[in-house]
Amino acid sequence: MNLARQSGLIAAKDLRIEVRGRYALGAVLPFAATVLLAFGLSLGPDRTLLQRTAPGLLWLAVLFASILSFRRAYESEGEDGALEGLLLAPIDKAAVFLGKAVAVLAQLLVFEAAVLLLVTGLFGLSLGASPLTLAAAFVLGSAGLAAVGSMFGLLAESPRAREAIFPLLVLPLTTPALIAGVKATSLAAAGRGASAGGWLGLLLAFDVVLVAAGTLVFGQLLED
Amino acid sequence: MVAAERVLGKLGARRGERVLAALAAAGVLATAILGLVVTPPDADEGNVFRLIYIHVPSAWLAYLSFLVVFACSVTYLVTKRTRWDRLAAASAEVGVIFIFLTLVVGSIWAKPTWGTWWTWDPRLTTTAVLFLVYVGYLAVRRLPDSPGRRARWSAVIGIVAFVDVPIVHLSVVWWRSQHQAPAILHVAPRMAASMASTLVVGVIAFTFLYAYLVVLRLRVGRLEERLLAEALSPRLEVAPSEQAVPPEEVAARG
Repeated sequence: MNLARQSGLIAAKDLRIEVRGRYALGAVLPFAATVLLAFGLSLGPDRTLLQRTAPGLLWLAVLFASILSFRRAYESEGEDGALEGLLLAPIDKAAVFLGKAVAVLAQLLVFEAAVLLLVTGLFGLSLGASPLTLAAAFVLGSAGLAAVGSMFGLLAESPRAREAIFPLLVLPLTTPALIAGVKATSLAAAGRGASAGGWLGLLLAFDVVLVAAGTLVFGQLLED
Repeated sequence: MVAAERVLGKLGARRGERVLAALAAAGVLATAILGLVVTPPDADEGNVFRLIYIHVPSAWLAYLSFLVVFACSVTYLVTKRTRWDRLAAASAEVGVIFIFLTLVVGSIWAKPTWGTWWTWDPRLTTTAVLFLVYVGYLAVRRLPDSPGRRARWSAVIGIVAFVDVPIVHLSVVWWRSQHQAPAILHVAPRMAASMASTLVVGVIAFTFLYAYLVVLRLRVGRLEERLLAEALSPRLEVAPSEQAVPPEEVAARG
């Protein structure tokens, strides 16, 4: 079995758990909606202000909510010694990292589509202008986030790390995804999607560095 | 790598420690005298410009320490020798203190010269993000965990944090350049020779200070471990190589 097939198996397993448990839909999406409502309330009903800040708020909601998904990615592994089973399985350790990242990416994309609709409704963000740029920004941005989540989600398996340390570690590291994602989304909303190439390139660089780092070092974290 | 371990061993001995302490103290004193007395006040900024003699060396020291954390993290994952983990921990602690000092001194300097405590300049923003990343790194180090697992996690975070820094910086530079050109300090061209040489002395002095603080922190770490080992099993024999300080002194300090 090669690495791609092994990763696929892990991803399929995680997605199956997710489809049956519906955690993203039941807990993460309502949390994102609450965050967006809170942003709206704190900024006031000024239409132009909301429209201008919408891309930033959208990505902040995605970032905060994705932290919940990251934790979730390893929560089920902590039960019934599932992690030991995963360690003993005759697969490459990097496949665990890649598979989990793919599963988290798939969840994030579904969840982001819903958040996009919410932001369009609540903040009046126009999204139809450059759909390709918008899609690219979310796919590339989420891939980097998923790599961070797949790596550091394992840390959230320890109860004391889960509360404050995990977000403290993840949020500063994902600064590039936040900045480039917001910029690309603003450009797409303004109908200038063609000029977002630099930001998409930055997101791609972020993805490459984190996926490469995760693939190389993840085996070390599973060594127990 | 063997050579590096030998140098570490020499610096870690009490004599090496004293030499480093003397060099650091002399260097910091020289920087203070040069910076406060010998150099003239800046033509535009006046005396507040003298902050540069602390600001730049502490920024240099912080970045140096995070480079050392990165190098030690890689070495630890390759060799699995505990000393590299300890060195990474000591270096990160010193780095976080000095990056905080850089931010505070920079803020104090910015208020009279730029009229504000903080601007979203790329360098400042990157430094602030870096500070938070390594605070997170130290928080992970404080988690109660098995030493091996903690060391591996710390090493991975030390590596990922360091390779993330260039992308963070690039993103912040581009983010700013959409509003205005980055406000880079153009100090070099209008700097008098005495100012430039004071800055060099400051950088060298802070490098010695860094080495001294790291060596000191390593010794405190060794003592902590011994104290813990003795508390867990009071009659445990102390390994001969670790007999830098008599046990009663440890007890008195503990």
